Amino acid sequence: MIEFTDIRKSYGQDTVLGPVSGQIPAGGVTSLVGPNGAGKSTLLTIIGRLTEPTSGRVTVDGLDVHRAKSQEVARTLSVLRQENHFTARVTVRELVAFGRFPHSRGRLTPACVAKIDEALEFLHLGDLQHRHLDQLSGGQRQRAYVAMVVAQDTQYVLLDEPLNNLDMKHSVRMMGQLRRAADELGKTVVLIVHDINFAATYSDRIVALREGQIAASGTVDAMMRAEVLTEVFDTPVQIHEVDGNRTAVYFR
Amino acid sequence: MSDTPMTAPSLAPTSAALTKQARRGMPVAARLAVAAALAAASVAAFLLLFIEGSFDFAFERRLTVFGTMVVVAFAQAVATVVFQTITHNRLLTPSIMGFDAVYILMQTLLVSVFGGRVLAATDGLPKLITQTLLMVAFTMLLFGWLFSGRRGSLHVLLLVGVVLGLAFRSLSDFLQRLLSPAEYDVLSTRLFGRLSTAEPEYLPLAGGVCLVVGAVIWWRRYRLDTLLLGQETATNLGITHKRELTVLLLLVSVLIAMSTALAGPMTFFGFLTAMLAYQFAGTHRHLIVLPMAFLIGLITLTGGQFVMEHVFYASGMLTVVIEFLGGAIFLAHLLRKGSL
Amino acid sequence: MRRLSLPLAVLGVLALVTVSLFVGGYDIDLRSLFTDPDDRRMFLISRVPRTLALMLAAAAMAVSGVIMQMLVQNRFVEPTTTGTSEWAALGVLLLTLLAPAASPLVKMGAAGAFAFVGALVFLFVLGRIALRSQVIVPIVGIMLGALVSAVTLYIASTTNLLQTLATWRSGGFSSVVRGTYEPLWVVGAIVVGLYVAADRFTIAGLGRDTAVSLGLPYRRILFIGLTMVALATGVTTVVVGFIPFLGLIVPNLVSMARGDDVRTNLPWVVLSSIALMIACDLVGRVVVFPMEIPATVVLGAVGALVFVTMILRQRGKVHV
Repeated sequence: MIEFTDIRKSYGQDTVLGPVSGQIPAGGVTSLVGPNGAGKSTLLTIIGRLTEPTSGRVTVDGLDVHRAKSQEVARTLSVLRQENHFTARVTVRELVAFGRFPHSRGRLTPACVAKIDEALEFLHLGDLQHRHLDQLSGGQRQRAYVAMVVAQDTQYVLLDEPLNNLDMKHSVRMMGQLRRAADELGKTVVLIVHDINFAATYSDRIVALREGQIAASGTVDAMMRAEVLTEVFDTPVQIHEVDGNRTAVYFR
Repeated sequence: MSDTPMTAPSLAPTSAALTKQARRGMPVAARLAVAAALAAASVAAFLLLFIEGSFDFAFERRLTVFGTMVVVAFAQAVATVVFQTITHNRLLTPSIMGFDAVYILMQTLLVSVFGGRVLAATDGLPKLITQTLLMVAFTMLLFGWLFSGRRGSLHVLLLVGVVLGLAFRSLSDFLQRLLSPAEYDVLSTRLFGRLSTAEPEYLPLAGGVCLVVGAVIWWRRYRLDTLLLGQETATNLGITHKRELTVLLLLVSVLIAMSTALAGPMTFFGFLTAMLAYQFAGTHRHLIVLPMAFLIGLITLTGGQFVMEHVFYASGMLTVVIEFLGGAIFLAHLLRKGSL
Repeated sequence: MRRLSLPLAVLGVLALVTVSLFVGGYDIDLRSLFTDPDDRRMFLISRVPRTLALMLAAAAMAVSGVIMQMLVQNRFVEPTTTGTSEWAALGVLLLTLLAPAASPLVKMGAAGAFAFVGALVFLFVLGRIALRSQVIVPIVGIMLGALVSAVTLYIASTTNLLQTLATWRSGGFSSVVRGTYEPLWVVGAIVVGLYVAADRFTIAGLGRDTAVSLGLPYRRILFIGLTMVALATGVTTVVVGFIPFLGLIVPNLVSMARGDDVRTNLPWVVLSSIALMIACDLVGRVVVFPMEIPATVVLGAVGALVFVTMILRQRGKVHV
């Protein structure tokens, strides 16, 4: 279980997040939604210890992520931000192999190799594994990063807008793969999604942020209501039933 | 997912990648072996060929110079590779941080305050140690102070180093103009690369320090690989980024201080070795790149000195020529690569 | 009060100028100026040119900084952080070697021409590379400068001109007398030119595409801007040496205090740079009296401090 208590993040006088407290239970897919500047990324990266909170505490399965040894945390949770830039020419397989670093410190064991193959397989990257990252499309690169996180094989997986850069087809596939990671591999997936309908279709829980506070949270059924979403996004939202799924319509 | 080898356009890059792989197919171990063989050959040529007069005397003299070259090649090559990894930038060299300027200012101050004879009179281990400590202290002050803020940015750190470097240089310029020409001559021998006049008594200490620092860096070779992926990915993989950065920058400053105290400031030599190392190694892995850079540095210095001495009869010019070439290649590389 | 602030600043600068005129190794006061012809001659030959040179050089560097910052759209550039000054130094050195007898005016021409090349090279390199951060720009410039100065140092070391090089790099105003500073008046023209063309430079700084779509001759504006910078840098380098950081800190401090309108800031930039320069010169003359530290060195120290503070403040606000 992820627990965060009185998390606050300020830059000088501006508080961009909190204080917020809450829990995300183990298992399943949880989506963070909310308008721009609501503090979603800040919350996610604080949980993933990429951002230092101004105050507050985060524990994941009892492990204080900002105090515990980083290496130990890396075996419990993995966190991925939007597209990273770096200078090295790395192949897909090499990138995925980095996911084993917290376990092997760089010296790959046969078990590591098996995990790497599994991760490549899981994201259908087998054919691309010897390509360099700079030869890939944005979507393929995104998948390679997710494969790295899968190879890291942590109970908790945090993803900041994994659908960024992906077209319709690849967005659907990516969400399907994350759903499978939760269902088949038993992972706890927490992600930021812009499209509320994607969140509703593939998640178990939705946490909505607004102006640095948690505006509402709960199951998909509890959250996909016109009055809740209208309030959260500050935009009139109607809910229609499409093929048995509640779908938000907000284009006018 | 079936979106890869089905269509013609996506096949093209695959085959291109394959031919590329075939073209540079030599395995990395073989590349290292070739570099080692070349290094051995140029070291042997430098040490043994064209000796006139007493073999023992000449050999011993060359051995001292060779020792200096080993330390300088090691320190500059390793420091630059590590520095480029932590700055995510294959074009920077540690001297951009103002190391050279600190060294020049220290030497200039010594001469201005105590006169021209002080340099020769104070040469020795205590001075080497003091110089190194001062240069390391400068780096640590800078980092400690800058990283104490919540958002320590490496670019800001670089820029501050650069600015302080400029300020030190302007101060040195002023102090230098106050010197008598004789004093200035003494000083200027210290301000330019001087492999052949290095002090033999520095070598054991400098070599020992390089060994220790080298061992610590070697032990971190896989961590260095993860740093290439950027701060956030490295943190995700369990690296305590800020601490790692501080430790590595400290080690870099020790190496550069050693090399500078031995052979004077160099700006582009490290760049040259690191760039060539990446080209020849064909991989980003520090396991390969670090030894490769050292070997290339050694080849450049020993082979270069051999050529300068016996082909161009200009043995004192080696470092100047290397800096020249390194600088020119730097510019060419900057324009070709299209980013800093 | 706001309307009075500019005249007040002018008065303040005038006061500084007066102090600068009457401080020096040779005792001159207002009365002896009228009674003693020797004093009057001394005053006109040495004090007045020195103070004028200070004022003009300060304005030159500050205005060069403003132009470069507009053209490159980056707060951190000025002739010393773009390698332009190093090019000027190379030009002077080459001329000293090839034509030792050349008149100062020719030297200034050479320095200016090299500074122009340097500014072009900088812009060319900048145009060719992707910039991920504001602070990368001055780092590129300083690396380019290091490259040029490696060449300069090499040439100087093989021709025994190293110490000479150090001497006029650190420059100073103590040797400025009547007959050497006059070319600095060029700067006056440049200030006026900038005042007239300020908007165009701002638009050119937004990039070629924006400039063309607004109907401005991009290349010509760039050329004019660079020529102005190169002239100012070349002339200043020859007359008084490198003046580090002035063109950088003054425009930045002024726009911190007053916002970003170049045209209304310009008088403030000129006044503050003059005040800073004269203050540094006075400090340099007074602390180690009867010797003196060149104003450029004092400015190097003060400027570095202010610059570093500026970078750090900027870090607090936005992610650089």
